[in-house]
Amino acid sequence: MYKLSACCSMACGISLHPKMVLASLRIRKQGNGHRTNVPRNVNLEKLQNNYLFPEISKREVQHMDKYPNAKVISLGIGDTTEPIPEKISLSMANYARALSTADGYRGYGAEQGNQALRKAIAETFYKDVVIKDTEVFVSDGSQCDISRLQLLLGSKVTIAVQDPSFPAYIDSSVIIGQAGDFQDKTGKYQNIEYMPCGPQNNFFPDLATTPRTDIIFFCSPNNPTGHAATRKQLQQLVEFARDNGSIIIFDSAYAAYITDDSPKSIFEIPGAKEVAIEISSFSKFAGFTGVRLGWTVVPEELLFSSGFPVINDFNRIVCTCFNGASNIAQAGGLACLSSEGFQAIRSVIDYYKENANILVDTFASLGLNVYGGVNAPYVWVHFPGSKSWSVFSEILEKTHIITVPGSGFGPGGAEYIRISAFGQRDRIIEASWRLEKLFSKEKTLFNSVWNIE
Amino acid sequence: MPLMSDLSTSMISSSSSAFLAPISFNSRAQTVSVPVKSINIVKCVATPQEQQTAYKTNVSRNANIAKLQAGYLFPEVARRRAAHLLKYPNAQVISLGIGDTTEPIPEVITSAMAKRSRALSTLEGYSGYGAEQGEKALRAALASTFYRKLGIEDDDIFVSDGAKCDISRLQVVFGSNVSMAVQDPSYPAYVDSSVIMGQTGQFQKDVEKYANIEYMRCTPENGFFPDLSTVARTDIIFFCSPNNPTGAAATREQLIRLVQFAKDNGSIIVYDSAYALYMLDDNPRSIFEIPGAKEVAIETSSFSKYAGFTGVRLGWTVVPKQLLFSDGFPVAKDFNRIVCTCFNGASNIAQAGGLACLSPEGLEAMQEVIGFYKENTNIIVDTFNSLGFKVYGGKNAPYVWVHFPGQNSWDVFSEILEKTHIVTTPGSGFGPGGEGFIRVSAFGHRENVLEACRRFKQLYN
Repeated sequence: MYKLSACCSMACGISLHPKMVLASLRIRKQGNGHRTNVPRNVNLEKLQNNYLFPEISKREVQHMDKYPNAKVISLGIGDTTEPIPEKISLSMANYARALSTADGYRGYGAEQGNQALRKAIAETFYKDVVIKDTEVFVSDGSQCDISRLQLLLGSKVTIAVQDPSFPAYIDSSVIIGQAGDFQDKTGKYQNIEYMPCGPQNNFFPDLATTPRTDIIFFCSPNNPTGHAATRKQLQQLVEFARDNGSIIIFDSAYAAYITDDSPKSIFEIPGAKEVAIEISSFSKFAGFTGVRLGWTVVPEELLFSSGFPVINDFNRIVCTCFNGASNIAQAGGLACLSSEGFQAIRSVIDYYKENANILVDTFASLGLNVYGGVNAPYVWVHFPGSKSWSVFSEILEKTHIITVPGSGFGPGGAEYIRISAFGQRDRIIEASWRLEKLFSKEKTLFNSVWNIE
Repeated sequence: MPLMSDLSTSMISSSSSAFLAPISFNSRAQTVSVPVKSINIVKCVATPQEQQTAYKTNVSRNANIAKLQAGYLFPEVARRRAAHLLKYPNAQVISLGIGDTTEPIPEVITSAMAKRSRALSTLEGYSGYGAEQGEKALRAALASTFYRKLGIEDDDIFVSDGAKCDISRLQVVFGSNVSMAVQDPSYPAYVDSSVIMGQTGQFQKDVEKYANIEYMRCTPENGFFPDLSTVARTDIIFFCSPNNPTGAAATREQLIRLVQFAKDNGSIIVYDSAYALYMLDDNPRSIFEIPGAKEVAIETSSFSKYAGFTGVRLGWTVVPKQLLFSDGFPVAKDFNRIVCTCFNGASNIAQAGGLACLSPEGLEAMQEVIGFYKENTNIIVDTFNSLGFKVYGGKNAPYVWVHFPGQNSWDVFSEILEKTHIVTTPGSGFGPGGEGFIRVSAFGHRENVLEACRRFKQLYN
């Protein structure tokens, strides 16, 4: 059996010097247990920490153990909280029951997804931009699709990500072997291009100074900053990709949260079909975080340098490494896209958006620099000069509220905290009240507090 | 225009689905070219002509995927079936090809899934993200149902959306710098995922094998168990028992040898036990029945063929704590990292169904359905036996492995399809060791199986 030395909780590892982190991770084998002669995957060795969100969960559990009577409010992991509208769950229930009948039983479905659902997705989200149902691949969610796309692309491509960004892009890139070593000094993996996105550049990278990479991950509305790229910005992005022969992987998982007229799909930009793949999800759209349903659009026009269509290879991956999303989840997806279902879902989205408004107002009223929350269910709060894990800990300790430290999303998030707007209204209001108390009290101690190691 | 529009639309499951619109093929796909020689890999993925005017990115195609010889096997079979239906629109095609379950799921299981679905509309019943490793109750039920007394604990078990997906996730854990061995013939996902991962060299047309994969021949002559004394050491050994496609079930003695072989070589066995409940004989149902296996093996399994969950999507993988990489690092930790980063858990509704499967009533109901398919298998075995064929499998698995000595298996497949409108699977799709064999799967409505057997008798009498 093995023994984990030093801190088992990777949480403390994050603020430790990375070399100490590795030392504490080194598993000392005890006893005479057999070791295989299979080398560990060096790419997995490169990963610096546990995946961000299980780490946040761990902290939450530790906190609840420490304060068993505390009313912890989770505004950390972006987990939906509101029930799925009845029309949708009923159709899933009906589909499930039908699987017990001769007429209703279904075995293997098409790996690319149920045709009616593919059609409905194309018509609901891509009608004006003419994406065909055959270009839509239904999946069990974006996190899985990102890794399948990495399998498709292989280890020899280079990637660029926004900084900060959803950690799965970087982590999957490291896992598949595209990245070099992690550099303690910069907090970045070698060979990945980090495109800073902050208030200073209107949360859009300065493409003029961005080197070419094969792949560009771009999330809009953005997790964690909440920024929705404007049409002009996306035109620049598409042009940049075109000039460089790059492929954009556009994550539009939060498109339904857009309030203004920012584009909801990359394919609204002319020419995007030849340079972009789009991924999206029912998770934040329909509360399907546990049900598991998403999709990826790979246009027929998207070609590798040899002229080979990317869609052919993606199809091969989908057929070989996947076996389709659950048919029950797909039945739910279809119900989501009916006019009644869609309307019901909009109400839930509006509920979360109202939560976001409340949180934005709270932070703004405290005089803090707050971003996002308008086109996305995330509020991005700036604590200049701070270390985000310290702020995270302070907030947790003093208000029993879980947030996410910005540095979990990359070095560009170092001075920020992400607050997610998913939650029941009364908890959001309670959280706002606690935050108001904390920050108005601490206003005078601001700088000294946030600089604590 | 790049020729690919048919690829997405042509995927059909062998059970007819009201969801699907008629397949539209273009003519190039219909004239599937089969090389004249005995090499029978059909290239169904057509390479489009270089488009002078179409914009191309500057991203190189993944060389590993370019190594793959043809489409994945089962979509290929489906394509052939669809083409056949176009040719004979009135034919009563019977599908004994893709191992797709056909019998309804027992009510005790679907009502649990319906209940969970409805609960998602309530405040108390709504759940968002679940643990990526699976719901606690289900992990516990899997441990106590399948691994009681074998020292496998709840947290050694990772619930998934199926074995095929798990195989690829395991490949992601292992990375490109490991070598692997497979049985020959074997379930194509092992080889294909290995190629995609970059573990292999090029396909060698003369031997029909990928370089750098160790193919462990399994034939009637060696009782479908490889002669380990002639097998080169590899890091990973994929082993499926009861076997898809041969139906062979390894004995305790054989598995003891396999575990010893892995131990001696410092290898990791990935043991696919998806058909364990079809076992009739007294063979081990789990690799962990073999002492020492926890230090050398991972086991993967699935609800697909037990509960008819082929569309519902639910499976599991066991990674014992005792399984260590050469540096002492636990494999389970890396698998957990992959599960947390590249996956987000199986559908909560499917997991509710899985839990119901493992209730006493659910287990009994599953056994009934399995029994039904086993009876199908018996009928098919008897038929081919009576026709004088050498028949293998069918006893411990829902697959019948019929020998057609000296014949090209795609040719036999085509002949059977053309003359009886029955879809089977050509043995060479499972590797060169499958040449000269046809796999007949036993999933189907009883009347279809009986009708198919009548047609076989007509053809071969």
